Amino acid sequence: MAKISSLEELRKIRNDAKESMKTRSGNAKVRVFASMGTVGIAGGAREALKAMIDELEKRNFHDVEIVEGGSMGLDNEEPIIRIERDGFETTYGKVTPDMARQIVAQHIINGQMISEWVIARNEK
Amino acid sequence: MKFYRMHVLVAEDTRSIMAGAKRVEEALVEEIRLAGLEDEIRVVPTGSLGFSDKDQVAIAIYPDNIIYCPVLVSTVPEIVEEHFLKGRIIKALAHPMEQKEVTMEERTSENQMNLDIQKRILLENVGKIDPENIQEYIAADGYVALEKALFSLTPEKVIDEVKKSELRGRGGAGFPTGLKWQFTRPNPGPVKYVICNADEGEPGTFKDREIMEGDPHKMIEGMILAAYAVGGTHGYIYIRGEYALSIQRLQKAIDACYEYGLLGKNILGTDFSFELCIHSGAGAYICGEETALINSIEGKRGEPRKKPPYPPSQGLWQKPTLVNNVETFANIPAIISNGGEWYQSIGVEGSRGTKLFSLMGDINWKGTIEIPFGTSVGDIIDNIGHGVRYDRKLKGVILGGSSGSLLVPEELNTPVDFHSLAHIEAGPGSGSIVVMDETRCIVDICLNIAEFFRHESCGKCTPCREGTAQICHLLEMIASGNGLPEDIDHLEKISQTMMDASFCPLGQTAPSVLRQALKKYRQEFLDHIHNSNCPAGVCNMNFTEEV
Repeated sequence: MAKISSLEELRKIRNDAKESMKTRSGNAKVRVFASMGTVGIAGGAREALKAMIDELEKRNFHDVEIVEGGSMGLDNEEPIIRIERDGFETTYGKVTPDMARQIVAQHIINGQMISEWVIARNEK
Repeated sequence: MKFYRMHVLVAEDTRSIMAGAKRVEEALVEEIRLAGLEDEIRVVPTGSLGFSDKDQVAIAIYPDNIIYCPVLVSTVPEIVEEHFLKGRIIKALAHPMEQKEVTMEERTSENQMNLDIQKRILLENVGKIDPENIQEYIAADGYVALEKALFSLTPEKVIDEVKKSELRGRGGAGFPTGLKWQFTRPNPGPVKYVICNADEGEPGTFKDREIMEGDPHKMIEGMILAAYAVGGTHGYIYIRGEYALSIQRLQKAIDACYEYGLLGKNILGTDFSFELCIHSGAGAYICGEETALINSIEGKRGEPRKKPPYPPSQGLWQKPTLVNNVETFANIPAIISNGGEWYQSIGVEGSRGTKLFSLMGDINWKGTIEIPFGTSVGDIIDNIGHGVRYDRKLKGVILGGSSGSLLVPEELNTPVDFHSLAHIEAGPGSGSIVVMDETRCIVDICLNIAEFFRHESCGKCTPCREGTAQICHLLEMIASGNGLPEDIDHLEKISQTMMDASFCPLGQTAPSVLRQALKKYRQEFLDHIHNSNCPAGVCNMNFTEEV
């Protein structure tokens, strides 16, 4: 680490560090809920979630909070991932790792819902 | 940059480490690795989570906002399997104080009256950031105040802000900090020292430790700001040798500051330079007194010096020196970044801002708390401390450490601020609240305190050296049932002499709890003397010893 020799450098370090602390701030822009019941895990929820985290890291987007939870009772749609963004809760069903990557790129980062995979959507 | 979906914060203050926090952290890392989650979950050590009622390890989990306590090495696999992997919160392991306090959101909303008479300014980062990682402090708006001061404020303006805030020193005497800085600034000389008094030796006080262990950079930033304001060139942190973890974390923080260019020559590219190092004490209570502290740094015997000259004109190595307490320095960053007027809006007339207290004794919840000035002692005990332990009756409260004052239950609605407390001959002192229930004997407590002072008196002046020994002897006699009726008069006379004639505050304040006890609990002393009876059943009365 080289010495900070100007105001701009310190501010840059601060902004970068802030990004990596978003998980603890409780006010992330996007909330992701991953259903992690036994059925979900058997159906590939872990793989989907891993792909999602990988994609978020690749695209350097940290303004997101990922929460795991139990089964929602929709076993035939597992793995299920729910995205809370801009006041809407959008639920995707049968999410494969590839789908998860696309959801990150289009919905989480850019706010464009991918309608053909959505199984439910309601206002929060 | 690496993205983690979950942050697990392990409380690692001295108490938690003794309870096995390091082992829990290792177990967490290992189990997370075994579950294949190491790329998704980050384990971070942090300071105290704000309660230390039992010697247990606590962990906080974000973004779920869950606190688990107690966490044992054997429960770690279950937490990883159920919560981290499957997302099921384990209610049974959640913090046991009240089961409904499972999440932090509930804790703050449902417990408004309980926790939220606390106001966290000094401790805002403690338990939320990794104290050994400067980046996390910077992310929590750390060094914003330094940035503001160096690039947009003159040193005089910084002093003005501190004066406007009406901050008073937190070491015990309560001297206005802004004034002290103002006295130090005009004294000429190429070398000026800024010393942080971290020799927290008062029995029952552990509030500075919380800052140094949980958020060391806050204090260091305060010191750099002080140096900028008064023209300081070199700094010392005089810290109690027993605070091993604090020393370690402060040293790491100082190293990181040098690496980042926040200490050393030309800080942040400006022409302001400041060097800082740690000086560890060797366990003498007297070195908490500023001139004794200065002697100790110079390598002399830890004895207080004659005042004047005061340290701002001639302190360390006869150079102008600013000495402030840890908590005082920790207040500075928030004052500079938010302005003196903001700080002045907190608290009450004459006592602005928040104050840390170590809450301990016979009480349900113990720990370091932060309250705005003006909260009453009773409120603290009932709402933050959750009442006296085992539902016993409250006997009294020792406020401000063993050189502080004794409050009886009738005085508990006194607001905690310099002015109101002065009315009942008390003060916030070193910032400790020791609660005593009815099973405590007042003679025994006074004896305990007297033994401490007899041991810690430096011996420089006669009233203190002889007085502490005589008080101790008389109290031993009373406690063993061999007291004489005139002993009470003797105790009062010796106390008065010590207060009037001792050289430094150690001797002047050593008998203060005893004096108040003689006034407020006189009947108990008389019981010991006339009836050879200890009402609380604590003192061991043997009649064999001849007086």
